[in-house]
Amino acid sequence: MTPRPGIGRRSTPVLFIAPFLILFLATLVAPVGYAVWMSLFREQATSGLGFGGTRTLFVGVDNYLRAFDDPGFRRGFLHVALYCVIYIPVMVGGALLLALLVDSAMARAKKFFQLAFFLPHAVPGLIAAIIWGFLYTPGLSPVIDLLSSIGVDWDFLGPDAVIFSLVNAAAWQWIGYNMVIFYAALQAVPRETLEAATVDGAGELRTGWSVKLPMIRSSVVLTMLFTAVGAIQLFNEPEVLRSRASSISQDWSPVMFIYQAAFTEHDYGLAAAASLMLALLGAALSFVITRLGNRWKEA
Amino acid sequence: MTAPSTSPATAKSTWASRTVVNTLLALVALYTLMPLSWLLVNATKNNGDLFGRPGFRLAEFNLFSNLADLFAYQDGIFGRWLANSMLYSVAGALASTLISLLAGYAFDKYAFRGKEKLYGLVLLGILVPHTVISLPMYLMASQTGLVNTYWAVLVPGLVNPFGVYLARVFAESYVPGETLEAARIDGAGELRTFRSVALPMLSPAFMTIFLFSFTGSWNNFFLPLVMLNDSALYPVGLGLFNWNATLAQEPQFYAFVITGSLLSIVPLAAAFVALQRYWRSGLTAGAVK
Repeated sequence: MTPRPGIGRRSTPVLFIAPFLILFLATLVAPVGYAVWMSLFREQATSGLGFGGTRTLFVGVDNYLRAFDDPGFRRGFLHVALYCVIYIPVMVGGALLLALLVDSAMARAKKFFQLAFFLPHAVPGLIAAIIWGFLYTPGLSPVIDLLSSIGVDWDFLGPDAVIFSLVNAAAWQWIGYNMVIFYAALQAVPRETLEAATVDGAGELRTGWSVKLPMIRSSVVLTMLFTAVGAIQLFNEPEVLRSRASSISQDWSPVMFIYQAAFTEHDYGLAAAASLMLALLGAALSFVITRLGNRWKEA
Repeated sequence: MTAPSTSPATAKSTWASRTVVNTLLALVALYTLMPLSWLLVNATKNNGDLFGRPGFRLAEFNLFSNLADLFAYQDGIFGRWLANSMLYSVAGALASTLISLLAGYAFDKYAFRGKEKLYGLVLLGILVPHTVISLPMYLMASQTGLVNTYWAVLVPGLVNPFGVYLARVFAESYVPGETLEAARIDGAGELRTFRSVALPMLSPAFMTIFLFSFTGSWNNFFLPLVMLNDSALYPVGLGLFNWNATLAQEPQFYAFVITGSLLSIVPLAAAFVALQRYWRSGLTAGAVK
């Protein structure tokens, strides 16, 4: 049973991994490196009038400082922070509650409910934003008609309401997806443990809170991680609603700021610096949340 | 195991909580299904009825004339967008799935120097925000003349670190090492072993990763937005986005955007329904581990 000698065995893993690795380097590692490089330079017109093309100047951390100083960029982070404060509890809490409800012995038609909750996720995010954009438009929206028939005048796209409208569009998309994850985790909870809790006199509510929840903590933490990292990249929904809501500026979220810096102002250095700051924030978030998760696991 | 108690008081409270639980579930289902049924109802209305009739009231049935108008507009640009999306998603996902499976299988079944370090780098790749790399990728593509070509959207879609992760997890549990050893003793080369022995065992992994890549590409919006100017190359989402953004000036597009949105959901929803058990196994493999 000696393995065949020679280069065949040794080079195989290299050959198998090579297609992925080459593409990984070209479309992931190289662009990140290029972004770092770009963030250190600034294009400058060679003459004051803008004739004669541009010249590239090394500016060090200046682009980072400019991004940091830009009130638009800072406001973007504020918007996203506010968005996360509303979105994460609503979405994760909602998905957990739904998963516990479907998992409880009381629920009927479990297959139907799961499909109904998951269906929005089969809608592309962009299309979901377009549909909700219609549902926020007076004259088109049955929701607005319904609200006004009970005397509520709600402007979904107004400056105060718009963040809730964005949260709603995203929660609609993701609540069922995360419910499926939580439900699958709940199904893996040993039935004997649940029976033991029932024998000890715990009701459904108590079992859900004190037995089931702690046992699926790691998938909840992981979901929060992916949700937060996704939220700081918020772009589709506000970009779609922008054509209807004057309350959403062109640089409403950090990614919108980056898009504007790069493709409207052609300030690539600033856009690259801002992108990397955003990526660092994402990495920091991941680190903090996994750390917290590990601590909870040990406790 | 204790027998369930049957006193009238408990029966009544069970009945009450059962009602509460199922009413809550039904209300949420109403919420998740409402926008889709609105879309379905309103794809059958012409532009006048869209604003003239309340949202959920049916009007004259114009679905087929909406479809005919939609596909006739600008020499059938909408059909072209659908075909582009299919190309980006199906061809891209097939290639990407094979590439991921090869890599994930190799990570699981072979020992080589620096393996775990390299794998760690791949896992880090899952967390890199796409927006961060889109801008430098655009600049790199514009230097190599790839901007405004099919390749600009296809090639980045081939790389799927999460797919490699899934492939490794699946290879670990679906492909026994002894079977591979047996194939080798029978004289099969490594590539042949992969193709004829491992790949068939990995077909659930294939379907799962394919589904994830397919949805990823079908949903991808930012990259085509950055890379493409030529509307003949647009995927369907980007085309609809542009129409949607001009609705204030061009209200005749309302019926187009609504009917087009409905159509662009169909392939994805069909893929999800047809491949239900695969996305479920993918979700749990990704989430529980």
